[in-house]
Formats: sequence, C-alpha cells, structure tokens
Amino acid sequence: MKSFKDIEHLLRLAVVIAIAVIAFVVLREAVVPRSFGQYGHYRGAAIPETAARPIAFAGHAACEACHTDVVDQKKLGKHVVVACEACHGALARHAEDPTSMQPKKLDTAVLCARCHEANSAKPPGFPQVATADHSGGLACDTCHQPHRPKIETGKIASGKSETEGKK
Amino acid sequence: MDITRRRLLMLLPAAAVAWKYVLAGTPEASPNYKLTEHWWSMLIDIPKCIGCGSCVRACAEENDVPEGNYRTWIERYHVADWKIERPQVESPDGGKYGFPPQVGDGGKNFFVPKLCNHCADSPCTQVCPVGATFVTPDGVVLVDKNYCLGCRYCVQACPYGCRFINPKTNTAEKCSLCYHRITKGLTTACCEVCPTGARQLADLKNPKDPIHEFLRTHTVQVLKPHMATGAKVFYNGMDGSVR
Repeated sequence: MKSFKDIEHLLRLAVVIAIAVIAFVVLREAVVPRSFGQYGHYRGAAIPETAARPIAFAGHAACEACHTDVVDQKKLGKHVVVACEACHGALARHAEDPTSMQPKKLDTAVLCARCHEANSAKPPGFPQVATADHSGGLACDTCHQPHRPKIETGKIASGKSETEGKK
Repeated sequence: MDITRRRLLMLLPAAAVAWKYVLAGTPEASPNYKLTEHWWSMLIDIPKCIGCGSCVRACAEENDVPEGNYRTWIERYHVADWKIERPQVESPDGGKYGFPPQVGDGGKNFFVPKLCNHCADSPCTQVCPVGATFVTPDGVVLVDKNYCLGCRYCVQACPYGCRFINPKTNTAEKCSLCYHRITKGLTTACCEVCPTGARQLADLKNPKDPIHEFLRTHTVQVLKPHMATGAKVFYNGMDGSVR
C-alpha cells in the first residue's frame, strides 16, 4: 500500500471539488427562476405574464350587448361585417364603464376614405371612389349613413341610430 | 471551478434579480384556458385585403408598439408584366396610414399583410442564448421581456423580418398574436378591426373552427416554405412573386 501513502493531498482536492459542486448547485437554485423549464427551455411564468396584459379593444360582442339599435341598422347593409371598433377605435374602457370614456366624434371624410379611396391594388370588386371627384369635399355622411351605407331614398333620416352623433 | 470572493460578488446581483421573480410568483392565468387545447394560427385572404391599415393601427394601440416599429404591416406589391421576378414592394409607415394612390403601368397590384408567422420550428427561438423567446404549448411565439438581454440574435434569425428592438425597453419585440386577448376568448386586435375579414385568427386544434373547411377547399401557402420554419400564417390567393 505504498502508493496510497500520500492520499492526503487527494482528499484536499476532493473537498475543494465537493465545495465547488455544492456552491454551483446552491447558486443555480437561487439564480434560475423557479418556473424555468416548466414547459421547455424558458420561464414558464412568462406565459401568464403575457396573458395578463389589459385589453384595449373590447370586441364587437361587448358593443352589441348595449347598442342593439346599431346592430339592427348594420344588419340591413353591407357594413354588417365591419366591427364597431374598426371605425370607432379601441373602446375597452368604454365597455367596462360607459361613463368613464366616450367614443370620439368621427370625421367621415377621413374615415371612409381609408377604405374606400380608389387604389389599383384594392380588389376590383371592392367599392372604391376617388373622393375628390365623388363628393367634391362634402363629408360622406351627408348622403351615406355609415352603419347602413347604401343610399335608400326616404330612409336616410330614419336610418340614424339613437346613440349616433351624441356626445 | 472555485468560488472566489470576486466571483461571488459578480454572481450576487444576478441572484438578486432572479430572486425578485421568485418572490413575484406566477401571476393568475386565465381561468378555463388550457394551453394544450389550442394550436393558434392565422389565415390571410389576400384577395380581400384593401390595404386600409386598420390592422396596423389597432395593433399599435393594443400593444403599445412604438412609432416607426411594426408588429404587423402591409406591403403593396406591384408586379410589372415584363418583370415578374422583380416585384416592387412598398410599405410607407408599414401601411399604417393607408397607401398613396397607385401610379401603375399595368401589371398587377395587391396588398400583402404581414406579421409573425408563429412558426412551429421557429429559427428565432432556437438562437436565443437565454431562453427569453419560445414557442408556447399552444403554438404562439412569445418574448419574455423580463428575461430578454436585447442581444438581437433573434432579430437577425427571423427570415420574415418580424422582430425589432423596442427602443424604450431595449428588448426584442414581435407580434404576440394578442396572447392577452386570445386566452380570454377574444380575437386578435388586427382580426377584430379588419373590415373585410382578410385576417382570421384560427385555432387548428378546435375541430369546429371554420379554418378546417377553408383549408380543405382552398389552396393556401405560407411565406418562404423552403425555409421549413413550420410557419402557421396561411395565405390564400398569394402570388408567386410575394417574398
């Protein structure tokens, strides 16, 4: 057993390695977030964190719960497929508490043109006009009722919704 | 490896930052939402897109996207009859405020809305050195902004140019497929406001989703299929010139 006579220096080395391993394990436990590796090589808690963000757009179902008169108007025209917030903007705050925030009054001359200004890249079947020639600068809602845009003689005045244009 | 005093001092701040997350705990997840029951994708019907920019504006408002950066944007293609291999593509302000009238010399013109393709085998998540970006079990590619270093590897890796560095937070940012909305049963902000239905959120794991009928009856394509990224944004009616 002559060769194991000087085993002491090996023991010392083993102690140093053991301390290093323990320190590594302890530090790793402290530094790596608890949910890391829950689903994969990332922090699992990031998923609910991302999902916790508040919404800005309420969704048309929320609008339709109260504004049934507008829904009825829209059903009669082509704009039935256009969601309320496409024109009226993000209104989740209004949907939560209608008194806290009112939708802004819209400028139809700008708003309608966003979709209906003529452009050769638009699908040919889509109704488009060169607004300068079409209305001569008049606001679109002089003739068209935005919720039910097709001009039907005698129905324009009655086509206005109860909540429309109110501040 | 030896823990010297110097090394320990270097590790302590990192440990302190991590401890903050441990203390914060896991936030409350949306009730009744099961990660394994969904596999999100999007359908884009190019012949329906009118380039109005509603999606770009809604996305910016819903997700606080800084001006000049886009999580989704619209490109206008002009493909001349005699130069089909070199289409002219423009996207002024990402199409946020619409497009100027086209001065075309024939050929074909069309709009292509773009966004993160939420690839199943995404190159961006593979290059992240810290695991700050990942594909969720329900198929959405997300960025953990509390963990991102801002090293920009993922920005370079995305073959679709869908990522950018948020100048305020200096972390990578991209379309989250409105993860905070779809987990609550709402559609994404862009799909909500799209006036023509050119964009449709789809859940491939939901057998009742109309996407299945659409995929059966239409010829759809993804962007850059040769990259084999497993892109999940399906384009209907896409011209071969689209890059």
